[in-house]
Amino acid sequence: MKRIRVLVTKPGLDGHDRGAKVVARAFRDAGFEVIYTGLRQTPEMIAETALQEDVDVIGLSLLSGAHNTIFPRLISELKARGLEDLLLIGGGVIPEGDIPSLKAMGVAEIFTPGTPTGKIVDFVAARAG
Amino acid sequence: MTDTAADLLAGSRRALARAITAVENDAPEAEAILRAVHPHTGGAHVIGVTGPPGAGKSTLTDHIAKAFRAAGERVGIVAVDPSSPFSGGAILGDRIRMGDLALDPGVFIRSMASRGSLGGLARHAADAAALMDAAGMGVVLVETVGVGQSEVDIARAADTTVVVLVPGQGDGVQAIKAGILEIADIFAINKADRDGVPQLEAELNAVLDLAERRPAWRPPVLRTVAKTGDGVAELAENIVRHLAHLRESGGLESRRLARAEAELLARLEEGLRRRVVAAALPPERLAALAARVVRREADPYTLTAELLAECFAG
Ligand SMILES: Nc1nc2c(ncn2[C@@H]2O[C@H](COP(=O)(O)OP(=O)(O)O)[C@@H](O)[C@H]2O)c(=O)[nH]1
Ligand SMILES: [Mg+2]
Repeated sequence: MKRIRVLVTKPGLDGHDRGAKVVARAFRDAGFEVIYTGLRQTPEMIAETALQEDVDVIGLSLLSGAHNTIFPRLISELKARGLEDLLLIGGGVIPEGDIPSLKAMGVAEIFTPGTPTGKIVDFVAARAG
Repeated sequence: MTDTAADLLAGSRRALARAITAVENDAPEAEAILRAVHPHTGGAHVIGVTGPPGAGKSTLTDHIAKAFRAAGERVGIVAVDPSSPFSGGAILGDRIRMGDLALDPGVFIRSMASRGSLGGLARHAADAAALMDAAGMGVVLVETVGVGQSEVDIARAADTTVVVLVPGQGDGVQAIKAGILEIADIFAINKADRDGVPQLEAELNAVLDLAERRPAWRPPVLRTVAKTGDGVAELAENIVRHLAHLRESGGLESRRLARAEAELLARLEEGLRRRVVAAALPPERLAALAARVVRREADPYTLTAELLAECFAG
């Protein structure tokens, strides 16, 4: 039987992974298999992990404001591995104004703080199920 | 040969990842992939790492992998964590302890959820190990949680099983109860920086001394501190020494023969069960027969015999 596999990860050096853990648990409770890597992941590590784990979805938790550098680098690492079709989503403090350009480069959706986890789960289930 | 199998054998990591997914999902192409890679398996040293949750298995596996990498081996890791019995989902967190290995091109790590069925897990983990073997990994580490029957089954697929225990938690007694002594080729007393190490060592050694005959291989009881890497070099040496012992004593051959027999029987049983159920026992008929049994109009023994006769008549 197939199950949705999601890589939940937190790039960058800063902060905590509370938000990422909340989302990881919501995904688990929805029946997804979550590969959880913890903090301090570089775009190259994330892409390589996605490849080895054959995930359907990558969820990035971003707190550092580094989204405008992390996403392009991750997308180019994914392309280098033939993984550009993976569903890529992000969550965290990301200014509304930055979202259109992120979507244009291939990020499927951005969830800003306060988004109910159910909404994120439904989005992933609909797009990756 | 399937494209996935050919690509895997040619060294594609993407193909290896997809092949493991196929096997894990019991996808239709899984059997063709396994069939195609089978001639290319049997070269890897498969090492089981098992023990209770939180014992430090992932941290230790990370260090063992590094020790084999330093010796020039390519290393595959299958890390199993339990699925939630409520949702069927899982959080697979073993990679948290293996961050340094993420970018090593000589390492391939795959997290696997137990997905309920224990027999299924043992088969999926063994098949994933075989795929890594075919992909050229000289060492495959299989990390599993707990000390139950599923670990015993998984251990049967390993050439060397390391049982990881922690001092001061009654682990020794638990292990003895759960029959874990029979599967341990090596004991690692991890978190040896804590109290209670001599007691656990004494417990384990006492039980090993009680063994009926002097075995050719007495499982060494080693101390490790996975957090710092202390004792890992000695553990890795003992793992290598165990494989050499198996080779010299003929134990490797007999273990692999027993494993092949068990696998043939398991696959035959599974195949037969599927065919018999498909041919003679569609769900409505099963429900109707069950109702007759409950009403005492028929008994399960006669019904089984009749169903088998029906399937294998002529
Ligand atoms: N004190 C101490 N802690 C350790 C040691 N090895 C691992 N740990 C810690 O134990 C926790 C669980 O480790 P992990 O490898 O995830 O255990 P697993 O569940 O058996 O895979 C982590 O917080 C580790 O840092 C050790 O030798 N000593
Ligand atoms: Mg672990």
